[in-house]
Amino acid sequence: MIKIENLHKSYKMGSNSLHVLKGINFSVEEGELVAIMGSSGSGKSTLLNILGMLDGLDEGSYTLDGVPIKDLNETKAANYRNKFLGFVFQSFNLINYKNAMENVALPLYYQKVGRKERQEKALKYLEQVGLKEWATHLPSELSGGQKQRVAIARAMAAEPKVLLADEPTGALDSTTSYEVMDLIQKINDLGNTILVVTHEPDIANMCKRIVHLKDGVIVEDKKVKQVRASEYV
Amino acid sequence: MFSKDRWKEILEVLSSNMLRTVATAFGVGWGIFILIILLAAGKGLENGIRQDFNGVATNTMFMWTETTTLPYQGLPEGREFNFKLGDVDLIRRNVPGLRIISPRNRLRPTEGDNVIRGTETGKYRVYGDYPEIIQQNPFYVAHGRFFNYNDIDEKRKVVVIGDGIRQDLYEKDEEVLGTNLRISGVNFMVVGTYKEKTSNGGGENSEREIFVPFTTFSQAFNRADNVGWMAITAADGGSISELSEAIIQTVKQSRKVHPDDKRAIGFFDLYAQYNRVESLFGALKFIAFFVGVLVLISGIIGVSNIMLIVIKERTKEIGIRRALGENPWSIKQQILMESIFLTIISGMVGIIFGALSIFGINSLLDVVGPVDMFLNPSVSLGVVLVALLILVVSGLLAGFIPANSAIKVRPIEALRTE
Repeated sequence: MIKIENLHKSYKMGSNSLHVLKGINFSVEEGELVAIMGSSGSGKSTLLNILGMLDGLDEGSYTLDGVPIKDLNETKAANYRNKFLGFVFQSFNLINYKNAMENVALPLYYQKVGRKERQEKALKYLEQVGLKEWATHLPSELSGGQKQRVAIARAMAAEPKVLLADEPTGALDSTTSYEVMDLIQKINDLGNTILVVTHEPDIANMCKRIVHLKDGVIVEDKKVKQVRASEYV
Repeated sequence: MFSKDRWKEILEVLSSNMLRTVATAFGVGWGIFILIILLAAGKGLENGIRQDFNGVATNTMFMWTETTTLPYQGLPEGREFNFKLGDVDLIRRNVPGLRIISPRNRLRPTEGDNVIRGTETGKYRVYGDYPEIIQQNPFYVAHGRFFNYNDIDEKRKVVVIGDGIRQDLYEKDEEVLGTNLRISGVNFMVVGTYKEKTSNGGGENSEREIFVPFTTFSQAFNRADNVGWMAITAADGGSISELSEAIIQTVKQSRKVHPDDKRAIGFFDLYAQYNRVESLFGALKFIAFFVGVLVLISGIIGVSNIMLIVIKERTKEIGIRRALGENPWSIKQQILMESIFLTIISGMVGIIFGALSIFGINSLLDVVGPVDMFLNPSVSLGVVLVALLILVVSGLLAGFIPANSAIKVRPIEALRTE
């Protein structure tokens, strides 16, 4: 599903350049649930941004579902993001003047899906995350866990190839974190490919595979026995 | 582009900070309001002044005799002289491109009343004229007829009087035609009355003049073939200003006046005056547009500023939307539409208030009666359409910079701002 070869990325900071990713080789099969771990500054967020086409790469190649991702202009990148990727952010990033359903329907709107179909799909995904009754609520009327579930529903709505979650539990307490992870695991059970960036070992252990980054290189890449989050809920 | 969702979003964004939106809109509305009011005021002035010219053959000059200031061909300076009737044909032959040459005479003002009808008397101006004079003056025949060439040829003692004289000398419903007036001791029969085309009159002398066939006048009042002055109108498409020199030289020659004698013949070029007024209207319109558009620009800059702030506030939202796959053009379109929508709505409000003000001024003018040199201030539909066009263009301009700056922010940077 994802294939990265010899990925390099550096940031220019005045006259110095900061070499963040120093040759990453990494691939993900369909249906995997991968945790990307590392301390801050290890390059995990940069890796996720490149995977999410929010940032370009300096060197190496990136193939997503057989499509080489290169020479992206913004329009093309937006189009690929919409088609291939779903994002879940640490700070939820819901649009605060739109209600839950409208937020979920947003990626579909960019796919030019009709209004009625959009609403039906949005409701379906809200139901999947258990928030159907909250469809008409604004983000400000939802708890943190609920917001993240809406965000996950939104990420799923466009039926992406890969779900990218950047510290999805970072702003949540542990109980809520486990609820969210439970949801992510269930979505994974349905066959969706998911990448989770986290620095919390217990969250990482709820994935099927852990990739450890340190100083811009992968130091460890192992399959783990998945801990079901539902055990804690 | 006209999807319901897009409009919903525009309304949501603009109504999320109502006070700010209204304050911004006020700037644009005010600009358009000023533009409309200025143009309407200019139009009102133009209408008022134009009315004074209404019906007058503007392509006209007047020419009269003074005393000579240079001796010529044995004749002394300080000599008084008159145009002769023969000069009319001479001018017509020597100067092509003239439509009407009206030789005119006038009775010298008397001490007391010069017109008597039964027991009623009055003091009026009395002119000797050819029938063409009615094409040069802003008159129309209200009753009966104007005199014609038969009257001229047979020197009939007929007159056409102003409607004001009818009011002075006749009973309200009395028949005027066929009655006799005694003018400076000579009896004339009234064959018609005239009125002025302009309605803002009511002045002392308006519609209070008497017209007598030229030949009758000359005979009755012993003018021989003398001509008091001439009113000369150029043919349509020509300019009397360009012909005046040739006309004056022609009469100078026939009246034995030194060609360089500047003061022997006086003239007044109505056309030049009229053109000066015309160019004044042009200048007024230009100033109105100039000032109005400048005021409008400051409003537009306000919109542009607010849009920049809105973009700044929504940086993160725009980042999210781009991460979700909205393409940059769509975002740009959204911002441009917000900007155009805001300018058009506020501009419409400005236009409506401008129109209401004009309406108010007009009804005020109706109540207090006509004002000198100001009539019916208005703006044409064309001007309103131009204003709308300016609004759309300015909305685009106002949104352009903010829209570009919005998509210049990379989504990753937009998302980073916590």
